[in-house]
Amino acid sequence: MTAGAAAVKAAAVMGHMLMADALRTTPLHALHQRLGAKMAPFAGYDMPVQYRLGVLKEHLHTREKAGLFDVSHMGQAFLTTTEVEKGADGAHEKIADAIETLVPGEIRKLKRGGMRYSVLLNDAGGIVDDLMITRAAMAEGDGVLFLVVNAACKENDYRLIEETLEGRARLDPLDDRALLALQGPAAAGVLNAMIPGVADQKFMSMRPLEWDGAFVLVSRCGYTGEDGFEISIEAKNAERFAEALLAHPDVAPIGLGARDSLRLEAGLCLYGHDLTPETTPVEGNIAFAIGKRRRTEGGFPGASIIQRQLGDGPQRLRVGLEPEGRAPAREGTEILSTDGAAIGRVTSGGFGPTCEGPVAMGYVDASHAATGGEVHLVVRGKTLPARVVDMPFTPHRYFRG
Amino acid sequence: MTKYTNDHEFVREDGDVYVVGISKHAAEQLGDVVFVELPEIGKSFSKGDDMAVVESVKAASDVYAPISGEIVAANAAIVDEPAKVNEDPEGSAWFVKIKASDPAELDALMDEAAYTAFTVES
Repeated sequence: MTAGAAAVKAAAVMGHMLMADALRTTPLHALHQRLGAKMAPFAGYDMPVQYRLGVLKEHLHTREKAGLFDVSHMGQAFLTTTEVEKGADGAHEKIADAIETLVPGEIRKLKRGGMRYSVLLNDAGGIVDDLMITRAAMAEGDGVLFLVVNAACKENDYRLIEETLEGRARLDPLDDRALLALQGPAAAGVLNAMIPGVADQKFMSMRPLEWDGAFVLVSRCGYTGEDGFEISIEAKNAERFAEALLAHPDVAPIGLGARDSLRLEAGLCLYGHDLTPETTPVEGNIAFAIGKRRRTEGGFPGASIIQRQLGDGPQRLRVGLEPEGRAPAREGTEILSTDGAAIGRVTSGGFGPTCEGPVAMGYVDASHAATGGEVHLVVRGKTLPARVVDMPFTPHRYFRG
Repeated sequence: MTKYTNDHEFVREDGDVYVVGISKHAAEQLGDVVFVELPEIGKSFSKGDDMAVVESVKAASDVYAPISGEIVAANAAIVDEPAKVNEDPEGSAWFVKIKASDPAELDALMDEAAYTAFTVES
């Protein structure tokens, strides 16, 4: 057999040989190795793909208890207004107006400590990256936003933000901070025992807190569809914090393999696959990230194109796909109409351990995007029937207070 | 005696046919198997042809015919329960039985010691 897995392993080995100097590591690298992780290059970092449990059990463990993910490869940065003093009256509006020239989200209306999922756009309305934007929690932090961007995009994002906002804002990448995600139904109980109060924290909010003398930024969010947290912590404290979490019997370390199957079942997009510079937020079916005021006002890159798509509907749309039978339809699989016309392609697909079957998402011509419609997937030359379904594939279980 | 290919299939003589599947090493590398597709009984393959598919959560892989011949049995149990491939890959989770058209092809395959050395190297 051509082990796909062996190919992944070979790529990892070659990655080590060719990029030994260039590959970056996170502050938890030594811990991953002690935990027996299979490591592979991802976005320029040597990252854990899976630990001893394996992808399937890691996935199910996260849905049943709590999983700990190292997402320190992602870019964390503060964006601070330079037009007025930090903490001054109107400082938030200044920094919000600045970032809103790059994203279609409603940033002005964010409350202190509130966060939004958003996208950086190019002039065609295409998505350059997706990101989290958080308003500082304290009054003295007005005028500061906390950004979390994708690892593979961070240099480009930082350049784009700095160039576009020159004279309006200063970007400070936080290269000395780790980012950990604790996800799953047991996450709140586990973290609350270490940092009292977080169990009551609102979904999509961030608070500056302290753990054992270490300053942490705790956000109630994640990318698995489960309740959970992302915790930003100084690199020097990251390993002992991770070990304190792992000491709880409900917490297991989870690699990138299960992170991918979890976010796929949750219907969430993987940048570079489900969202690209060639797709707009309307086509990507993430129009919820476009603020109501901004739909009429515009003022973001590609606004006229996006406004037209919002009015008339897009030509193509990202949809959920449920293949009949058990064969997974992977990324790149061609999608046909039942009469054989090419109507799109799968952008993420695989086996959903919680769904106990294959799940996929992809772009189809808008005329075939209606829920319940039948399509055909071309898997290894064979035509397999599939149905257009609503996402998520597994219900979101976010904390709603 | 069990023999192995460079592509991690095993072949074992069983009466007048050969039992074929993927090696324990391959199953470990693949991780949790979630899908298996087997050829129809009566189909013939030449050595090296795509014969079956095995997919884990991580990736899809082709399984090649390790010897030429006709499929005389396919193991429906692993199609129904793909996880069996991880539990007993070289035993009850065999893929197919082949009636060999040229048993001499087996001479070119690795024995267990050679295969073990091969997997350690790669």
